Amino acid sequence: MELAQQLVNGLTLGSLYALIAVGYTVVYGIIQLINFAHGEIFMVGAFGALSTALLFFRSYVDGGEMLPFWALPVLIVGAVAASVAIAVLMERIAYRPLRNAPRLAPLITAIGISVFLQEAVRLLYGKIPSFPDAKQKVPFPQIEVVSGPAFNLGGVTLQRSTIFTVGALVICAAGLFYFVSRTKTGRAMQAVSQDPDTARLMGINVDRIIVVAFVIGATLAAVAGIAQGLQVTNINFKMGFLAGLKAFTAAVLGGIGNVWGAVIGGLTLGLVEALAVQFIPGTFGGSPWKDVWAFALLILVLVFRPQGLLGAKVVDRA
Amino acid sequence: MPQRSVVAVGASLLVASLALSGCGTRGGDDGGSDTGSGSGSTKTAKIGVIAPLSGDLAALGKGIEHSVDLAIKQANESNAIPGWKLELAAEDDQATPDVGKNAATKLASDKDVVGVVGTLNSSVAQSVQPVLSTANITMVSPANTNPSLTQGADFATAPKRTYQNYFRTCTTDSIQGPFAARYLFEKAGIKEVATVHDKKTYGQGLVDAFSKEFTKLGGTIVAAETINPDDDKYDAVVSKIKPSNPKAVYYGGEFPQAGPFSQQMKAAGLNVPLMGGDGIYSGEFIKLAGSTATGDLATSVGAPTDQLESAKAFVEAYNAGGYAEPYEAYGAYAYDAANAIINALKTSLKDADSAEAARQATVQAMSSVSFDGVTGKVAFDEYGDTTSKVLTVYAVKDGAWAPVNTEEFK
Repeated sequence: MELAQQLVNGLTLGSLYALIAVGYTVVYGIIQLINFAHGEIFMVGAFGALSTALLFFRSYVDGGEMLPFWALPVLIVGAVAASVAIAVLMERIAYRPLRNAPRLAPLITAIGISVFLQEAVRLLYGKIPSFPDAKQKVPFPQIEVVSGPAFNLGGVTLQRSTIFTVGALVICAAGLFYFVSRTKTGRAMQAVSQDPDTARLMGINVDRIIVVAFVIGATLAAVAGIAQGLQVTNINFKMGFLAGLKAFTAAVLGGIGNVWGAVIGGLTLGLVEALAVQFIPGTFGGSPWKDVWAFALLILVLVFRPQGLLGAKVVDRA
Repeated sequence: MPQRSVVAVGASLLVASLALSGCGTRGGDDGGSDTGSGSGSTKTAKIGVIAPLSGDLAALGKGIEHSVDLAIKQANESNAIPGWKLELAAEDDQATPDVGKNAATKLASDKDVVGVVGTLNSSVAQSVQPVLSTANITMVSPANTNPSLTQGADFATAPKRTYQNYFRTCTTDSIQGPFAARYLFEKAGIKEVATVHDKKTYGQGLVDAFSKEFTKLGGTIVAAETINPDDDKYDAVVSKIKPSNPKAVYYGGEFPQAGPFSQQMKAAGLNVPLMGGDGIYSGEFIKLAGSTATGDLATSVGAPTDQLESAKAFVEAYNAGGYAEPYEAYGAYAYDAANAIINALKTSLKDADSAEAARQATVQAMSSVSFDGVTGKVAFDEYGDTTSKVLTVYAVKDGAWAPVNTEEFK
């Protein structure tokens, strides 16, 4: 019973990590950049959804009522729009000028953008007329059907937000699989990831493909932002930091550069965290130690499989 | 292997940025100028505030800042200390010990500062106390409830005053925890409780004091867990306590975690009241906990501010002051704390040449301070603790905290 419950908890947490981790891995697969600002894209997505709710469903939010079910797609569109806009801007302004710079330069830029976005939301969100102050946790609007009483399956509590999160991961992963392997742009992405110079010679617009990679990552992060908002019912400006760190871990665990690796890595990390809370006894058990076990697993995997669970052994191009 | 080393360098940079982000001080005013302190006419003395003015706990910190501001304005208007003008010097501690220490150092180096109202967090107070103590600046906290701050680490067995300059206007966890235990056991008839705390000085102290009294009364602690204050999701912890069937959960910590914890606990099917200390007694708790917060309980020091006859004038003046944020849980205590300092200044500043010269005299004058404040009688015992031991249990009802039971703890 407890095992089943913690499996459900772990799967929920893991799905969230996986959704964010895909963004790290897709961008890394193409330009070998660890986009540390990706956690903030996730945060911006959550705030995008909140802003959409405030703009179009103000009466529900103020009245403390749940939004109607059809608000969900609207919120998703709002969240994705915000995340994608920021991600594309970020790529255009900060990363593209550094395309041929030493690798450390874009990495440090990424950290700078991360701090910039956090502080911008913290300081400026509340300045928008009638928007709440984002210096502390902001309640996230709840939606009919998606929020509400949990289901009880033989003693295992299944929250509605869990179903939303896991469902979102399944749909996004399936969509991503179709996109990468079946569409022309997707195949062009694969080509650029294998060899950008040759891909360019074959007539592929590499810059455009890089933007597409950022857009994909941002879309999934935005969905994760909504999932997080629905699960914990509040969002804040620094929510992207820890989530981004964990998702990055998940991406490395699964094998950075490999999309399925990100999904598997995310789910593994989530399950380890949840199970460690329940089943490791004594001093080293319980919630304070869960991160220790999660990172211990990462170290173990990297010792024996440095390329990650699903990562291919990459021959250095540089 | 450039590829892998990018990962390694990136990870270490990220960790470094984590560490660095804890150091910077955000905002805060830059001390003002000394123009008023010239010879002759009026001299300037400053009362500092160290409280979280940004971040999760800003709601409480702003209430403290504004209430001290109100006390200072009133003292200036009534010319409480002839020949002296009081000023406010507010510093943000971000609820972080390191930042609080920097704020204290900054205030200590300002020659005009004689007293400080703060901090909100007991953990921040621990790092602020030594700094203000060496500078002989009187520190009065409206909200620190950890017993060790006044009575030393062995407060239960061998109480010993640690800092002569430290006072507080609120009661401590060694009273608040047992008060909650007695309420749950005797008034609410709850015998099985699970405890959760956030591993901070405040949360842990509260839960320890609660558990001790609750088991002494004959109750059972069926589960004892902790959470990580940086986490957003607590379902793993909730799932772990749920099978032990507690009739209530006692939470040691503050509302930014307690609100979501209550919400997630009930969403996961654990429909029992969450009870906490004054750290969750905030309107923000109800906002974060949502509609399922109804029935959740909190203890807070003193009697409810808006029901006290003595607090009416304060509430009116505060509302008339046009402050952007409400006075929150600690406003009245901060107001009393500021007035305690002002009362001591009446003695110490009278013949002083400068504010700095009056620091030691102010600390000494504090022990004889005694007046009827907003929250009751304001006076300090030999450890610097308040002599008033009135507490109140509040419950969430119709989206607001409603007082259930006010009693003097004996």
